[in-house]
Amino acid sequence: MDLKINGVSHSVDAPDRMPLLWVLRDVLGMTGTKFGCGIAQCGACTVHLEGVAVRSCQLPVGAVGGRAITTIEGIGETPAGAKIQKAWLDIEVIQCGYCQPGQIMSAAALLAANPQPDDAAIDAAMAGNLCRCGTYVRIREGIKHAARS
Amino acid sequence: MLRGLDSSFGAGGGLSRRALLRGGGALAGGLLIGIELPLRPALADEPVPTGTRFNAFIHVASDDAVTFTMPAVEMGQGVYTSQAQCLADELDVALDKVVAAHAPPDQANYGSPILVIQATGGSTTTMAWSGPLRKAGATARAMLVQAAAAKWGADPAGLTTENGVITDKTSGRSIRYGEVADLAAGIEPPADIKLKDPSQFRLIGKPVHRIDTPAKATGKTVYGIDVIRPGTKFATLMASPVIGGKVGSVDQSKALAMPGVRQVVVLDDIVAVVADNTWAAMQGLAALAIEWAPGAHANLDQAQLWREIEKASEGVGVVAAKEGDALAGLRDGTLFEATYELPYLAHAPMEMSNCTVHVHDGACEVWVGTQVPGFAQTGAAKTLGIDPAKVTINNHLIGGGFGRRLEADNVVKAVRVAAHVDGPVKIVWSREEDIRQELYRPLYHDRLQARVEDGKITAWHHRVTGFSILARWLPPAFKNGIDSDAVEGAVKIPYGIGDRLIEYIRNESVVPGAFWRGVGPNSSIFSVECFMDLIARKTGADPLAFRRGMLDKNSRALGVLNLAAEKAGWGTLAAASPFGARQGRGIALMAAFGSYLAAIADVAVSDTGDVRVTRVVVAADVGQVVNPDILVAQIQGGAVFGLSAVLHGKITFAGGRVEQGNFNDYRILRIDEMPSVEVHIVPSTENYGGIGEPGTVIVQPAVANAVFAATGVQLTRMPIDAALIAKAA
Repeated sequence: MDLKINGVSHSVDAPDRMPLLWVLRDVLGMTGTKFGCGIAQCGACTVHLEGVAVRSCQLPVGAVGGRAITTIEGIGETPAGAKIQKAWLDIEVIQCGYCQPGQIMSAAALLAANPQPDDAAIDAAMAGNLCRCGTYVRIREGIKHAARS
Repeated sequence: MLRGLDSSFGAGGGLSRRALLRGGGALAGGLLIGIELPLRPALADEPVPTGTRFNAFIHVASDDAVTFTMPAVEMGQGVYTSQAQCLADELDVALDKVVAAHAPPDQANYGSPILVIQATGGSTTTMAWSGPLRKAGATARAMLVQAAAAKWGADPAGLTTENGVITDKTSGRSIRYGEVADLAAGIEPPADIKLKDPSQFRLIGKPVHRIDTPAKATGKTVYGIDVIRPGTKFATLMASPVIGGKVGSVDQSKALAMPGVRQVVVLDDIVAVVADNTWAAMQGLAALAIEWAPGAHANLDQAQLWREIEKASEGVGVVAAKEGDALAGLRDGTLFEATYELPYLAHAPMEMSNCTVHVHDGACEVWVGTQVPGFAQTGAAKTLGIDPAKVTINNHLIGGGFGRRLEADNVVKAVRVAAHVDGPVKIVWSREEDIRQELYRPLYHDRLQARVEDGKITAWHHRVTGFSILARWLPPAFKNGIDSDAVEGAVKIPYGIGDRLIEYIRNESVVPGAFWRGVGPNSSIFSVECFMDLIARKTGADPLAFRRGMLDKNSRALGVLNLAAEKAGWGTLAAASPFGARQGRGIALMAAFGSYLAAIADVAVSDTGDVRVTRVVVAADVGQVVNPDILVAQIQGGAVFGLSAVLHGKITFAGGRVEQGNFNDYRILRIDEMPSVEVHIVPSTENYGGIGEPGTVIVQPAVANAVFAATGVQLTRMPIDAALIAKAA
């Protein structure tokens, strides 16, 4: 099958049932997208499908079809993604960083859909992304910082 | 957590073979050896094969590239940046020119001056390494300056350095470090090095940006779990779900028939499936029909574990501290007594256990993120029966440690499997396997008694019962029957009180225990601070005033307590919350890890007993600070870790198995439960304190005390149990 990832077409030989997460990580070697729980509880595997944040651990690759996939490796090419990444560095959101590809993907999807999110909108969009280092205070600040930029 | 170890080792305690990774006895001298060995040949697994190595930490290439070899590993706590600040400030180079490399297993050069072994943990990095790294930077700088002076025939005293350039003020000449690096390599390092006066600092003490985060923001960082070697196979594994159980029988036929599955490895207590990708391996593992032989612990359950520690606490304790005759004082008068019980907790770092291993030609290569590269090396070597020198550890940035990566158990498991696999194999644990096969923060049982006369504590007895992590992890540090980590928060309380007796009872258990962010003080300080609130409220005292009354000789503790109280508005009402009508404000104070912190938490409690923390205010005096922004981040993050524990955290056993398995039933805090966290720092010129752990320690009793204030019920077994504080209850 052909997958369109970050604007590039990839020919992939994988079973339809295989989650996109593992196609990205193990078949294509795009390891920026992380495995965190395998049951859509943590959001570490978040990617965009046509700009919408989805959990790639629950998305069979056969269901993707021709829809455009964006990963952490490509999100900086979108205006919202670039703003979030810059904000994340400006105010040093990141600690261990393992969950942050997922956080950044969820935050970029939020910002693209809602350019001025309030606390409630941030909490609603980001509650599916766990961070064990506890960067939540700065994630909230970071999204607002990006929204102002 | 382990301060004081250095002196106890110096007394000839004798390290175990496991701790002495290379048979060397660097011990307290480790730091000196580290910087007195210039031009040591580059080790095979270091990334910089050419150029000039000034000491174990600094390498300057002729193209001016500066590589710092980091003795402490980066797992989010910011030490790659803070260590680089120390090195670069004294060396006079800009941080953006610096490349950070992981130190290989090398006890002589990278054994921690505090922890003795090569390990990162216990909030010790800054206090252990700031001095040695500054000295290493200053030494290399002096050698470069001397080389330039020799080249020019100038007086080194007249040369200045900035940003990797040496300038002769009198002649106006200048030269780059790289241009004199080779010449400098031949110069004897000066014995007497003067460090910068703090007024000259360009980097230390400044909130400079982190050096590890740009790659993390773009997904480029290669964690251990991201390693893919040429020809790598992918595997997952399962160990006996019952503690101590073995594999009975395995029907492999269905798994081996699945597409992508290559091999099933069956060991006596572990089954692994090797495949073309991780998903195929996980599918294969699920398809295996495994009969486990559960062994002796198949009936182990949580109620029994609680009973066992309760019973152990009634035994005879070893005296950890004694002042006066507390027991005599506790025979009469106004007495208080309480017992606090702390649950098993999993570390659950977001990067689950994983390890890539290639066993070949009598050697072993390992790719992993570890807080203990030496343990990983010796663990792999022992497993294979080969010389540790034949084991290469490629360390990686870690996706969260919290103590979990202070253990090499997963490296050993991976090597056991890899020994049966042809070629490199990456083994990734499922989240369920990772949580169920942890080494847990052990159960603690803290029994406290106090006598109070005229609003003052006149006698105090604190008995800590718990599994000894130290006795397992670093046996020589377990001395005279006392686990210094388990009792630290009981022994070193900030308060001036009357006669004291502090005891420790070791509670061995089949459940393996490990250091967990906040380590021993998590439970001992929790207990002390909850007991203080109990006494205050039962004697009609204000919890803040009651604590202040015992701090007349401890100005740093009083300082943070007063600052937190002022910033939080102690004495005013907490803001109303839609989450619950019952509101409360709780306070807690701690002195541990060389740091002083006070926290005030506001909570709202719903009618059903659910607790929402609405605001946390922390005041901290951590002595001198290398990076104030990282300091704040560590307190914020530590607080979240503590909130997860006090609100949700527990691992329980039934039928010898862990009952939790993933983030649906081992809950960690989500952003929509996240209070504001305000951090206020007391400027200080005192010695560096640690800051990775304290935020976790201090927030837990503050929240428990706030719930007590809101409900009138003091909960004594954590985490908070909604059923016990529901309105009807």
